[in-house]
Amino acid sequence: MARKQRDEPQINSSSMADIAFLLLIFFLVTTTIANDRGLSLQLPPDPDDIEQTDIKIPERNLFKIQINSADKMLVEGDPFEKSTDELREMIKEFVTNNGRDPESSDSWKEAIVSLKTDRGTTQEKFIEVLDAIQGAYYDLYGQRIGVSNERWREIANDLTDPENKRLYDEGRGRSEDGLLYPMNLSIAEPTKIGG
Amino acid sequence: MSKFKKKADTKQEIPTSALPDIIFMLLFFFMVTTVLREVTINVKQRIPDATQLRKLQRKSLVSYLYIGEPKKVEQWGSEPRIQANDVFIEPKDVTLWVTQEKDKLDEVERDQITIAMKVDREAQRGLVSDVELELRKANARKLLYTTLQEMDQ
Repeated sequence: MARKQRDEPQINSSSMADIAFLLLIFFLVTTTIANDRGLSLQLPPDPDDIEQTDIKIPERNLFKIQINSADKMLVEGDPFEKSTDELREMIKEFVTNNGRDPESSDSWKEAIVSLKTDRGTTQEKFIEVLDAIQGAYYDLYGQRIGVSNERWREIANDLTDPENKRLYDEGRGRSEDGLLYPMNLSIAEPTKIGG
Repeated sequence: MSKFKKKADTKQEIPTSALPDIIFMLLFFFMVTTVLREVTINVKQRIPDATQLRKLQRKSLVSYLYIGEPKKVEQWGSEPRIQANDVFIEPKDVTLWVTQEKDKLDEVERDQITIAMKVDREAQRGLVSDVELELRKANARKLLYTTLQEMDQ
């Protein structure tokens, strides 16, 4: 009796790709890639806890940036139309002045960048200026320990690593009596003109 | 009979047996890299760009606030609103919300709570600073303005 030569049994798997495609599209549509990056900021303590003292800060140690409700800027009292890169350079010069220019800051420690907005200023403009200020400081910190701005931010992101912590403290000049090279950023409460 | 009979024994089809594997690989990539959205965002979110981004390390310590113009203008008006979890809140409710968020954390980590504010670029500073003031009162002082990476240089 001659046996019939049978084909090997197979499962047709050509529709497998379709099934996988369907799942893929489902996940593509239903998910969002988490965005946990942004400009980091430390807020000052509760205003009610701070003793109201009138501290006179010399004009030369203040770098004033004001933005009105039409998103127009005043930098040190003059209208500012240039790019934010220019602003960044100006802040760097101001912070590292060390008393050379009598119109500019005494020392890094005393230099304060003051940012005042109006209630009608858009968040977009605010972020743009805040970005320039933080960029200027991160550039300077990076220079102090001889790394790039990007590397400095990576170091600051992960302070659980002891090496990063050491570099971070070195960059900011940590000593017994506070930071020698702090980021003095003052964000004033918005004015109420024009909302 | 032709002397030059064409040999037609080369296969014409492209082998597709590896296709499912490729698709599965893509599928796994998306499954691993994405997180499911927890809340429905009811405000417009056109996130501003910036260059000096910092990354959050501990996502469990982060709570989100969404600020922007409501998507349903006819129902909620066109004034920017604050959304926390699934509801709109007023600036004065932020303190209570922070307390609730802190309660979700371990006792030792409560001071380290970080508030990520996702603010629409058209939102105005007045509202945002009201929220900031409340956060200061609630002693949640670590703040992050969520931004996108600016494409330049």
